[in-house]
Amino acid sequence: MTTATTEKPVNNGVNVEALFGAREALTKAPEAAQFKWRASCEWVKGTQSRSTVDSFYGLGAEQKHKTKFTFDSDHPEVFASEDAAATPVEIVLAGLAGCLTAGIAAVAQARDIQLRSVKATLEAGMDIRGILGADPDVRNGFDGIKVTYKIDADASLDDIKAVVAQSQKRSAVYDIITNPTNVTVEVK
Amino acid sequence: MRTTTVVIGAGQAGLAMSWWLAKRSIDHVVLERGEVANSWKTERWDSLTLLTPNWQSRLPGYGYQGGDPDGFRTMPETIGFIEQYAEVISAPVRTHTKVISVRSRGEGYEVVTDQGNWQCETVVLATGACNIPVVPAVAEAVPPAMKTLTPIQYRNPDQLEEGGVFVVGASASGVQIADEIQRSGRPVTLAVGEHVRVPRVYRGKDIKRWMDASGVLDQRYDEVDDIVRARNVPSLQLAGYTDRRTIDLNSLTRIGVKLVGRLAGINQGKAQFSGSLRNVCALADLKMIRLLDTIDEWARENGCDGEVGPPHRFEPTEVEESPPLLLDLTSGRIKTLIWATGFRPDYSWLDLPVLDRKGTIRHDGGVVEAPGLYLLGMPFLRRRKSSLIDGVGDDAHDLSAHLASYVRGKAVKTREVHARFSAG
Repeated sequence: MTTATTEKPVNNGVNVEALFGAREALTKAPEAAQFKWRASCEWVKGTQSRSTVDSFYGLGAEQKHKTKFTFDSDHPEVFASEDAAATPVEIVLAGLAGCLTAGIAAVAQARDIQLRSVKATLEAGMDIRGILGADPDVRNGFDGIKVTYKIDADASLDDIKAVVAQSQKRSAVYDIITNPTNVTVEVK
Repeated sequence: MRTTTVVIGAGQAGLAMSWWLAKRSIDHVVLERGEVANSWKTERWDSLTLLTPNWQSRLPGYGYQGGDPDGFRTMPETIGFIEQYAEVISAPVRTHTKVISVRSRGEGYEVVTDQGNWQCETVVLATGACNIPVVPAVAEAVPPAMKTLTPIQYRNPDQLEEGGVFVVGASASGVQIADEIQRSGRPVTLAVGEHVRVPRVYRGKDIKRWMDASGVLDQRYDEVDDIVRARNVPSLQLAGYTDRRTIDLNSLTRIGVKLVGRLAGINQGKAQFSGSLRNVCALADLKMIRLLDTIDEWARENGCDGEVGPPHRFEPTEVEESPPLLLDLTSGRIKTLIWATGFRPDYSWLDLPVLDRKGTIRHDGGVVEAPGLYLLGMPFLRRRKSSLIDGVGDDAHDLSAHLASYVRGKAVKTREVHARFSAG
């Protein structure tokens, strides 16, 4: 797809040819692009629970991860919890960081930019009177998320900024967080 | 009625094609549902001026003759210009002839109109890219009491009630309408999605002068990495004001327009905005810097640095710390909503299997896969300038050449068939 102009080929460990190939294939077969992501969750004790991610649906068939992934979540001691794991909102931040960073690697690869290190720190504000029901005017969720990247790469600052901007444009978790989504919760 | 080629639409594209067809001695008619330059006459707001300077209105065999090459035409002037062109080139235009359908017939086409039917070998679709305003599905959730308009219905601020106006979309139409309405004393909230920021004047020259000179506008459709993306780039944030001022999100903020993110949903009368405002502004700023870098490089390589002002960069787009994510459309503060969310072509009359699943015509640089069918005047059809008055002529040249050789090939084939029959 892209032709490296540098003598040493750029390698961020992302197979861009495969990604572009998939894009072209899915343009012709949009039904195969319909994915369903799944997670299940079981209460452990107190505020602790364990989520499991195992299978998903995509490319017209059931798919399985190579291993079953589990994520514990809990709340910190300041909430009178046992702090056995990160809080769910911190896991959301980790999800955003993981999605954006993967995007940065892929976009940089496509633009022939060699990355040496990419580090993100994330901070999100929350007024917990919302989740405690102490003030009906305070929302439950974040009042904003600040992501700060430190990136060492063979490119100008503007080019690096453009990679980060493009990664946001293409990020699933960024979209999930910035745009409203209908959520239906049922009990069976 | 019979002719070789039916051109549908007598705007700049259809007329440019007519000029080339005449040059190539191809018998044709140009069908027009209204009058010459119909869309310009009936579907534009009062204060609109062309975004391209006068010198840049070049059509085959015709160009700007007046004394203000750097000015911008008003709508009546634009209409006059296209009408004059039709006259100068004696285009065979049939006005007030509405096309009802185009269908296959034998080895050619039948064009059914409210003024009779045409049989022809080839058809050129020159009906424009902007027939129908695109209104997103979320429009259904707009509170019924709210007055809504599209840019085709919008004429001037006086037609609006006093009070707040919510403009959705920050491309050429959205920013110009927001600017005009805010200046009329009606406070504007502007929902901003992806957009393209450019300065009107850079280093003392009009941005279009730079884009023209540096070859950006001539870039071909088969030279870009991703033509789908290139064809879907939003229109430039530009206006053709007499004082040549730049219109961008910063200039709108300065006069009091309130910027919010892309309209993402409307729930119980509350508009919800994407939290991506900062990123869409960053993307637009970075793309503008890349364009200016290209211009600077071109100027350096072509030895123009001495003749123009020094390179400079513009302030980044200012975005407030926490732009609002909600706007109550039922509070009574917002009286009008304007959908400046783009346009799409109308092919409801095209009875041929050439549309993809999204309703756009499948084509290669305007050569549609149905033999003898051509498309003209669409964004980046063959060149970046394809949809401009200034750019359609080159596309018409290329496509008329293709059309002529197709017609010749068919004539040869017909003669061969006749020869075989008479020989047998």
